Amino acid sequence: MQFRLLLSISKTHLLTRKKQSIIAALGVTFGIGTYIIMMGFMNGLNGLLDGLILNRTPHIHLYNEIEPSIKQPIDLYHPYKNKTRFVHSIKPKKIQAKIHNALPLIAYLNRQKYIIGVTTQVKAQSFYLGGSTQLNGVLSGIDVEKEKELYSLDQYIVEGTILDLKQNEKGILLGAGVAKKLSLKLGDYIQVTSKSGEVQALKIVGLYQSGMADVDNVQSYVNIKMAQRLLGESNDYITDINIKLKDMTKAPVLAKKMEEQFGLKAVDIQTANAQFETGSSIRTMISYAVSITLLIVAGFGIYNILNMLIYEKMNDIAILKATGFSGRDVRYVFISQAVIIGIVGGALGLLMGYGVSVIIDNAKFETAALPTIKTFPVVYDLKYYLIGIVFAMVSTFLAGYFPSKKAEKIDPVDIIRGQ
Amino acid sequence: MKTILEAKNISKVFKIPEEIQILKDISFSINQGEFVSIMGKSGCGKSTLLYILSTMDTDYTGELYLDNQLVSGQKSDVLSHIRNQKIGFVFQFHYLLAEFTVLENVMLPAKKLALKSNEEIEHDAMEKLRLLGIDDQALKISSRISGGQKQRVAIARALINQPTIIMGDEPTGNLDSKNTNIVFDIFRELATEQNLSLLVVTHDDDFAKRTDRIIMMEDGRIV
Repeated sequence: MQFRLLLSISKTHLLTRKKQSIIAALGVTFGIGTYIIMMGFMNGLNGLLDGLILNRTPHIHLYNEIEPSIKQPIDLYHPYKNKTRFVHSIKPKKIQAKIHNALPLIAYLNRQKYIIGVTTQVKAQSFYLGGSTQLNGVLSGIDVEKEKELYSLDQYIVEGTILDLKQNEKGILLGAGVAKKLSLKLGDYIQVTSKSGEVQALKIVGLYQSGMADVDNVQSYVNIKMAQRLLGESNDYITDINIKLKDMTKAPVLAKKMEEQFGLKAVDIQTANAQFETGSSIRTMISYAVSITLLIVAGFGIYNILNMLIYEKMNDIAILKATGFSGRDVRYVFISQAVIIGIVGGALGLLMGYGVSVIIDNAKFETAALPTIKTFPVVYDLKYYLIGIVFAMVSTFLAGYFPSKKAEKIDPVDIIRGQ
Repeated sequence: MKTILEAKNISKVFKIPEEIQILKDISFSINQGEFVSIMGKSGCGKSTLLYILSTMDTDYTGELYLDNQLVSGQKSDVLSHIRNQKIGFVFQFHYLLAEFTVLENVMLPAKKLALKSNEEIEHDAMEKLRLLGIDDQALKISSRISGGQKQRVAIARALINQPTIIMGDEPTGNLDSKNTNIVFDIFRELATEQNLSLLVVTHDDDFAKRTDRIIMMEDGRIV
């Protein structure tokens, strides 16, 4: 087999019918280009939407849940052990929101290898006081540095910086919705009170906007010490422990284990946000379906063009066979044309996909729901470019395979006699 | 005298559209340097015979020897190689690859054979074109030259691999008398000077009369 000779023949065929070759290649280009754009854009969007919730949600959340005791006193009373027992109107016992022995527990968690990091929070029900109005709210006392590192809190600050909060003990990162309602702005002071009755004047060092109005209308952040002070508690008062794992998929198993081990409520991220995974996978599925459809259409285009080419080239096929080229040689001549179209069209498709991705990436996209996003999100993943070019080659090979099989079988005698 | 081509009891039946025995028990041989023509009315099977002898048609019974080598029943790859190396073709219609240059057309079978380097093949091809007096057309696209010239290019292509036999299916059928004479003279020269065997199917009486031997066919038999 002399591939260079056969390639030179197919090259001549392609170059002497430039228009058709270009159209065939453009079909592939659009198919692959669209695939790249769709994947980049869809995954960017997925990442964005996931980020909206998943990045900010701890993989495991430990806290004290208020719920009625499972074992009631009567269960412990011997004489009725084998009897059926009814207790009506069970109410939960008043328990502390405080996690018992929190500091040793955190130290223990920090030593575990499967954990990336642990953050602690003090959650305080509170009121925002603005003139004569009182707004319900939740103040979270946080470890600013860690919250930024593990849950990218800084990305949701629309005004001010997270450093201001860290440096200002009496600072507050106010929910954007609260600020709007009380018509407060950066640098103003706001009075906050908790159920303990303590009132604190805090300086607004930043505005926080998560993109979900329900959250933004109540949630604010302060330093953990300030939250403890507001509640009148000591510095071992901690209500929530958030854990970020190395492997998110292990969260449900570990959460269950921790629940038993520590006697706390442990909620894993999968339970908390099941709907997000579904959304992502369906979006990915749609982008694949559209891209594959486009490539199939391009494949039929190539199939048609090659089929026509073979009819036009009957004479050439007969001559090649009469002068000693085997059927397989002829097949390679035509298949190589399809594959060349695939490679050239596919490569152009990658360029087109990349180009349009860059344009989309720089296109303005502003929405109140996503404060830190200024342009459309696009992911550039080498994986999609590789899949694209492989898919281009495979589909054009298949499109070329059947016509070239026909060319292989053409009997030169029929052609030569037929004239 | 060496026998170049030998046919033994070749028969062929067409099954479509109805069963017709187109060739009946044909036996003959051609020697080296012999210029043979096959004549006969349309439909007598002379072209069919030629395509069997050329190894392109394999659907027949009987035995065919080329250069004392049995050709019948060989695999198609082997037959392609035999055609490439030992047989040169000239058809009634010129059958050049229209998009390639004259030179490329001539070089193609030699490139397929791949016994020589590209430079040697190009040199050989130019020599053949010079022999046929069309070396000045070498770099033209082959669809841009005249009919007579095309036929000479086809002959040059047939000669490129130094075949043992040249076969022609009415090679002058489409040419005027001047070009017919040129082609005949070339064939004659090849036979006498290069000791090539030639087998040509023709309708042209004058052409046939000037060959060494005429095989007349009628109803699938040699008469």
